[in-house]
Amino acid sequence: MYSFEFERPTTIDDAVAALSRSGAQVIAGGQTLIPTLKNRLASPDVLVSLGAISELRGISVSSGSVVVGAATTHAEVAHSAAEAFPALSGLANNIGDPAVRNRGTVGGSIANNDPSACYPAAALATGATIITNSRRIAADDFFLGIFETALDEDELITSVEFPIPAAANYQKFEQPASRFALVGAFVSRFDTCVRVAITGAADSGVFRWSEAEKALTASFSPDSLAGLSVEADDMISDVHGSQAYRTNLVAVMTRRAVAAC
Amino acid sequence: MATVHMVVNGREVSGEVEGRTLLSDFLRNGLKLTGTHIGCDTSQCGACVVHVNGKAIKSCTMFALEASDSTVTTIEGMANEDGSLGIVQQAFQDHHGLQCGFCTPGMVMSAAALLSENLTPGEAEIRDYLEGNICRCTGYQNIVKAIQGAAEELAA
Ligand SMILES: Cc1cc2nc3c(=O)[nH]c(=O)nc-3n(C[C@H](O)[C@H](O)[C@H](O)COP(=O)(O)OP(=O)(O)OC[C@H]3O[C@@H](n4cnc5c(N)ncnc54)[C@H](O)[C@@H]3O)c2cc1C
Ligand code: FES
Ligand code: FES
Repeated sequence: MYSFEFERPTTIDDAVAALSRSGAQVIAGGQTLIPTLKNRLASPDVLVSLGAISELRGISVSSGSVVVGAATTHAEVAHSAAEAFPALSGLANNIGDPAVRNRGTVGGSIANNDPSACYPAAALATGATIITNSRRIAADDFFLGIFETALDEDELITSVEFPIPAAANYQKFEQPASRFALVGAFVSRFDTCVRVAITGAADSGVFRWSEAEKALTASFSPDSLAGLSVEADDMISDVHGSQAYRTNLVAVMTRRAVAAC
Repeated sequence: MATVHMVVNGREVSGEVEGRTLLSDFLRNGLKLTGTHIGCDTSQCGACVVHVNGKAIKSCTMFALEASDSTVTTIEGMANEDGSLGIVQQAFQDHHGLQCGFCTPGMVMSAAALLSENLTPGEAEIRDYLEGNICRCTGYQNIVKAIQGAAEELAA
């Protein structure tokens, strides 16, 4: 790991000021970034820790939505959202292992936009809003491709607002070694529409499966998905699964999520 | 360099660290608490698990400065005051929950974290909680038994 300066501000304002320094980067739970630094795939001059900023932590539930502070850990979401939004709590509780969940954060997962990560699917399928130090970004405009987001270099996610669907479920088919999603499907049923987001599967990262959304909005039942399939050419093919395998998994996981809603 | 302060196993400590100094390095090299093991150094194996403010974390994937002013417990802190084995440690010995012992510090720390949340874990809950702790020797069977034994002892 190359050497860097470490800053540990206690307010959002101080963090934003520190981030404007050249070569500065945020570190939240470090569960992704520290391994990246060890591999020398990142070499920031300054790391700005969110670890001492209490205003970035915690969950507030209001009628219709859950707002999660960016530096809230997966373990805290699993615990605090259990009643208000069980599908989100369940997703958080199945990330990595207990030690990873005690450090990894919502903001880190969403900013990183790993193609196999779980939170981007929840954000996209609920129509979440990503709130930063300077603006509000709709999830539909946020995830631009694998490891790419709409965030500016010195922009900080401060919280994420998840609308609570009438019913929702996340189904994750685990890649057996890493336990990340080989394919994950998040289904949200709202009063007027259904949203379906798929992670782990596509070359372009997390995406909405609009054909399935249309069919499920017309009739919310696993049978409505009969015969529907994503475009195999858009799927990832790697050592863990071929395009055909992932294409099939997308349909299976979505059906299971609808059945579990 | 910066100065870091924390309470480790009930003792106030401080030391000079770099930004990039991992908590595992500070514990092992700074404080000479070498019971915390480094297996993978990539947050996969769990040999380096310690508690920070009561929560299990992988010390190879946390900077020492992130633990500033925190309370840290390592495997050395699991022993009784007279140096004899604590309940969870003794259960691992009694149930042959270790062979080479490399994974054991992390196993004991994860087990203690589980038992602090749930004093009556079932086998499935124990195995699920140990998802991030890898053992290449025991086949896990006796680790599960040791944790069940420790749970009974703690509940008694
Ligand atoms: C063993 C293991 C298993 C895992 N399994 C899963 C899994 O099954 N599913 C899953 O979804 N994830 C999984 N993860 C990833 C985990 O969820 C990470 O915690 C997460 O991806 C990153 O969060 P972090 O807080 O650790 O971020 P960090 O590692 O600190 O940061 C990641 C990136 O996000 C940026 N960043 C962080 N916070 C902000 C912010 N507030 N604003 C702007 N940028 C920010 C950083 O600059 C960095 O580029 C796993 C990780 C490990 C180590
Ligand atoms: S050494 Fe930390 S998880 Fe393996
Ligand atoms: S006892 Fe050898 S690795 Fe677990």
